[in-house]
Amino acid sequence: MEPGEIHALLGENGAGKSTLMNVLYGLYQPDEGEILVDGRALKLRGPSDAIAAGIGMVHQHFMLVPVFTVAENIMLGAEQVRGGIAGFLDRRRARREVAEVSERYNLRVDPDAIVEDLPVGIQQRVEIVKALTRDVDLLILDEPTAVLTPQETEELLTVMRSLKAAGKSIVFITHKLGEVKAIADRITVIRRGKTVGTASPEASRDELAALMVGRSVRLTVDKQPATPGKPILQVAGLVVDDDRQCRVVDGVDLTVRAGEVLGIAGVQGNGQTELIEAIMGLRPTLAGSVTLDGEQIHGWSTKKVLRAGVGYVPEDRSVDGLVKEFSVAENLVLDIYDRPPFGKGLALRPDAIARSARERIAQFDVRTSSAEAPVGTLSGGNQQKVIVARELSRPLKLFIAAQPTRGVDVGSIEFIHSRVIRERDVGTAVMVVSSELDEVIGLADRIAVMYRGRIIGIVGPDTPREEIGLLMAGITPDRAGTTPTGDTPAVAPEIPGNEDTE
Amino acid sequence: MTNSHPVSGSPDKEPATEPALAEAAGADRATTMTAPRRPEEPRPSLGRLFLDNLWAANTVTVTVLSLLLAMLIGAILIIVSDPEVLATYGYLTARPADAVTSSWAVVSEAYANLFKGAVFDPEASGFTAALSPISETLTYTAPLVFTGLSVALAFRGGLFNIGAQGQATIGVILAAVAGFALPLPPVVHLLVALLAGAVGGAVWGFVPGILKARAGAHEVINTIMLNYVAVYFLSWIIVQSGVQSPGRADAISKPVDPSAQLPRLLGDNLRVHAGILLAVLATWFVAWLLNRSTLGFELRAVGANPDAARTAGISITKTYVLVMVIAGVLAGLGGSQMVLGTTATALTPLVVAQIGFDGILVALLGRVKPWGVLLAALLFGALQAGGNRMQSYSGISLELVTVLQALIVIFIAAPALVKAIFQLRAARAARLQTSLAKGW
Repeated sequence: MEPGEIHALLGENGAGKSTLMNVLYGLYQPDEGEILVDGRALKLRGPSDAIAAGIGMVHQHFMLVPVFTVAENIMLGAEQVRGGIAGFLDRRRARREVAEVSERYNLRVDPDAIVEDLPVGIQQRVEIVKALTRDVDLLILDEPTAVLTPQETEELLTVMRSLKAAGKSIVFITHKLGEVKAIADRITVIRRGKTVGTASPEASRDELAALMVGRSVRLTVDKQPATPGKPILQVAGLVVDDDRQCRVVDGVDLTVRAGEVLGIAGVQGNGQTELIEAIMGLRPTLAGSVTLDGEQIHGWSTKKVLRAGVGYVPEDRSVDGLVKEFSVAENLVLDIYDRPPFGKGLALRPDAIARSARERIAQFDVRTSSAEAPVGTLSGGNQQKVIVARELSRPLKLFIAAQPTRGVDVGSIEFIHSRVIRERDVGTAVMVVSSELDEVIGLADRIAVMYRGRIIGIVGPDTPREEIGLLMAGITPDRAGTTPTGDTPAVAPEIPGNEDTE
Repeated sequence: MTNSHPVSGSPDKEPATEPALAEAAGADRATTMTAPRRPEEPRPSLGRLFLDNLWAANTVTVTVLSLLLAMLIGAILIIVSDPEVLATYGYLTARPADAVTSSWAVVSEAYANLFKGAVFDPEASGFTAALSPISETLTYTAPLVFTGLSVALAFRGGLFNIGAQGQATIGVILAAVAGFALPLPPVVHLLVALLAGAVGGAVWGFVPGILKARAGAHEVINTIMLNYVAVYFLSWIIVQSGVQSPGRADAISKPVDPSAQLPRLLGDNLRVHAGILLAVLATWFVAWLLNRSTLGFELRAVGANPDAARTAGISITKTYVLVMVIAGVLAGLGGSQMVLGTTATALTPLVVAQIGFDGILVALLGRVKPWGVLLAALLFGALQAGGNRMQSYSGISLELVTVLQALIVIFIAAPALVKAIFQLRAARAARLQTSLAKGW
């Protein structure tokens, strides 16, 4: 690492990027080899040694105390004390330090804000400020953009540039090629715990992706034009509140036809999650209707909705998608365990479950040591494949995938995308929600953009990215420059067969 | 959970460290998944595996060492509580042999009596005397199996059932009333009384279950509160006319009819009764329910990750209520044995003793697994039976047994401590800890 350099560490999930950085930060002990800082070999016994050596780290999952203020979080671990033995916390000094660092690197944070009230992007900034107050020279960012919206990502990249200008070195861990190319000075690709290559940012995306997975992968989704059939899912005037009783879905109308992929684009937190949960019967609907193949399904239990032929890949796989302590085989029947051939009356049929698990594992290329391994021991991409395998293993009318490839390595993304398209081609109506615009554009036959609880536009996949980006920001083309009040009608449909119910 | 042991049968294989896992995943990537298992290093012999695992911090080792540690502390307590032995420590420097021999004498005698009372007395002559310790142990074990299973089952469903005591209390009341109030023929009478006990427990389990599922009320608080209600209901109902034994002024109910009593297994002089058979049956049933039934699948899924269970269409409300009802049935059956068995035949304020609370310890000691619970209950039953003899022969208070039980569970709950004391290789200790810490 050179001073003032942004060094990107690129690799698939489970390639060993985070482990390597945890060694650097002193969280893990190396079995062999050594770490050199300024030419001196360093023995790190813990994060405090690393901080003393000028290494700071921002973890993928933030290490903040949610109910503390920004200033309190920042002084945590290095509390400033005044009043001698009485040991009062010197909050004023902490606040001043925060202000000073924010000023110097142009990282605006309010020292008195409570951390849990802040958006994720700002929380991350707090983490960065926290590292900077410790006077580090080398900052490790572990997949910092995984949780950020595109705008926040852009802001983060700006922050990284200004840090670089201030002479700090940054190790940037990611598996998103676009960001790497946008910011890195040097790129090291890691695969299965080994450095497989160093590249300059001029290298093409395809080259980098090939280095990462060890073979060339297609980044664009290969598909034929859709042949939409009859409407399968019809949502009309749907209104849903979130857990805090805020109106987050405010009169959504949409139709998904058999054999087409409807992509829902939008910055996270514009009601996509709640819309899907309402369709799945996980969240009460306040008004409007949901119809599946001519049957009213709102108010149904989740089990009934699933039984009616809906497959669902939830947004957060570790919370909603999988029981980590359960084996791969058990997770593969998590929502069909009581159906023949897996359950008969009150009894489970372990042999049938195991047999089907072996088939799914082979079919969906799930890399696991055995069908009996707890699913929590699998890498993110393979965990996601388990969910996809489960949901696509029964006849479906409608397949809903929320963030199907979040935190998933390139190889698995490719695989999951091809499965989604294959499902479309057999005549299933598919709905894909993703905050990755590339994914939506690649998969969808029509793209609905959601903004503040409404669909503010439905466009074709050939629409320029900029236009979709503007829609995501709530700016419709006919009213460019102004923020819609919310009741702006959708832009003219560009795809035939887009008669939204009223 | 499931019998998830790999083919090689070595428990050491599963809890690999992070890098090892990543490596394993990487290695698997290379081979195709169609191959059933990749060729492995030659399998070590069974004896070798046994030795390797003996000193690893696995479940059995930790349990045995916890027992040892508890007995060690118990020995200190025995020495300290005996004034004569303590006196020899006053001149320890002058004649250390006195202190050592007298300490050894008192401790070894106490533990010998514990053993003789629980397992086998070599000096006993005759069939009855030889089997008496085992009979006593099994008599104490039976109800503990039920309450232990009750707590363990709820635990697997993500609920901490502190209310086994209350459920057992309501169970014993209904079983006793059915036992003396209903004129029924022998076998039917017993079945009806057991059923009454089960229903009583079920009702007492249903209440916190439905409160948790519908209102989100925490089951720990509600079950504790219902324990009080049950205990005072028992004290009240004993002295009501029709329940209280005629002609008695103290709190004791009419005795249960012989037709409603569990048959003795080894003749009239030994107390062991059919309850222990029911206990084994119940253990088998709970093991089947947890691992081989759809209900058990739902229960474990809800216990491990309620969000994922809900997303997969499992009704959390239904599962919580069912778990608590079944837990209540088990505890109620355990309670019933306190009057239908040989411990007592009439209700008294202390008729259920501590079986509900001991059930919590039994469940934890048994690692919330059904067969583990059975073994743990057996250990606790043996300690109780042996404790009785220790008290009458060595004059050591029965409370020492309670202290031993508590210490064993403390050491079990802190495997890291046992591991540190004995310098065990790290194996499954971390897992143990999480399995016990979870219910909260």
